[in-house]
Amino acid sequence: MVEKFFLYLQYPFVQYALIVGVLIALCSSLLGVTLVLKRFSYIGDGLSHVAFGAMTVAAVCKVTNEMLIILPVTVLSAVLLLRSGQNAKIKGDAAIALISVSALAFGYLLMNLFSTSSNLSGDVCSTLFGSTSILTLTEKEVRICLILSVVVVLTFILFYNKIFAITFDETFAKATGTNVNAYNLLVAIVIAVIIVLAMNLVGSLLISALVIFPALSAMRLFRSFRAVTVCSAVLSVICAFVGIVVSILAGTPVGSTIVAMDGMAFLLCCVGGKVAGGGR
Amino acid sequence: MALLTASDLSLGYDGKVIAEKLNFSVSSGDYLCIIGANGSGKTTLMKTILHLKEPLKGQIQMGEGLCKNEIEYLPQQSLVQKDFPASVREIVLSGCQGRCGLRPFYTGKEKELALENMQRMGVESLANRCFRELSGGQQQRVLLARALCATKKMLFLDEPVAGLDPDATEKMYDLIARLNREGITILMISHDRDTALQYASHVLQLGENPFFGTKAVYLQGQRREAK
Repeated sequence: MVEKFFLYLQYPFVQYALIVGVLIALCSSLLGVTLVLKRFSYIGDGLSHVAFGAMTVAAVCKVTNEMLIILPVTVLSAVLLLRSGQNAKIKGDAAIALISVSALAFGYLLMNLFSTSSNLSGDVCSTLFGSTSILTLTEKEVRICLILSVVVVLTFILFYNKIFAITFDETFAKATGTNVNAYNLLVAIVIAVIIVLAMNLVGSLLISALVIFPALSAMRLFRSFRAVTVCSAVLSVICAFVGIVVSILAGTPVGSTIVAMDGMAFLLCCVGGKVAGGGR
Repeated sequence: MALLTASDLSLGYDGKVIAEKLNFSVSSGDYLCIIGANGSGKTTLMKTILHLKEPLKGQIQMGEGLCKNEIEYLPQQSLVQKDFPASVREIVLSGCQGRCGLRPFYTGKEKELALENMQRMGVESLANRCFRELSGGQQQRVLLARALCATKKMLFLDEPVAGLDPDATEKMYDLIARLNREGITILMISHDRDTALQYASHVLQLGENPFFGTKAVYLQGQRREAK
């Protein structure tokens, strides 16, 4: 088993998959804590459907660089969803459901009408569940992913204290003179970037898991914001790494294997939290 | 010139007026108690003073070098989420956020200030505890310490004792009175009129019988009415 693993490790596509997988897991877990606490757990799901819709548009229009369409559309939707959170006529969860369902339906409709491929349901299935795309990454895609991840992590570290302030008590932050709207906008953009990145890895349906699971697991164990953030990042990276390795060795779909790992980690953390809580 | 002067102020939202022609001023060191029935515009007044909302008419002037970010407030309870993982230290420190501007991290001086204010409120022993596991009174003191990190001049308290037991209520009032003696101007919204009046120096009543003046004058008026 170990030998087989080291043999596989020599192939560039396995190395790429591991690098990209770990980076995306790291990025998505960082903002996961904020999203869960801001009651936006489902935004990952909603935005990924938007990205799916944009992707089909790109495919139908035969745009060679899909990212040029997907990224702006997703960023725009993220900004709309997160900004209007407070005073919108259609509130948070309903707005997310509305956008996500219509984007999904629209995307599938477009694919159905204009698709040139003979295996339509296979195509849809792989964009939704990201079955193989992580194993077919090119060097250029890996590089883009690397740069975007570094930007996301740096942004998060530099604005960590501000993100804490606006997540914990937005009104107070506003009254103290923090530019809450600007930081909310920043968070929205970063989230959209992460989701577009993550689509390669787990596909649009399973992104929520990547965002939410590590944060929730960490919240079972720790009680300060910093500890929760660090713990969720570590958990997420471990789960992604182990998930990819297992999926390559056992031949299971990458996305669902990672999510299964995250689920298991969550159960372990629940038990751990109960034991530690009972002991106190 | 007073710290804060409101002239011909009208409050409301969506074009609906809930309080109009408000005139009052707050001087440095005052302890102003704002009372009035539900829906008389107390919280809207607070939001307007904190610049979270625009007044419908009239204006609020700041004097004596008071910047708009130097008024800090203690929100009504239950604003903070039940499952938020945050230690007391992190919360108090976040009060320094307004000073940071674009600087990403807190300085040693700000950390010291946070510690100082935790000691002032008697919560330094709780520094590493999780906020949501504290009692209501402790939570209020932590939030007060946070507010103190943000201001040295003026504090706006929105029903600081709502939901506290009598013991914690008394402690809270004592604490606020002490801060007032230390030179911080206090504005407090209260339901509990009688107790609040014990401590206040000025009274602003919104609603049917609007009133603004010192406590002595207010109590005289009350007595006259009673006869």
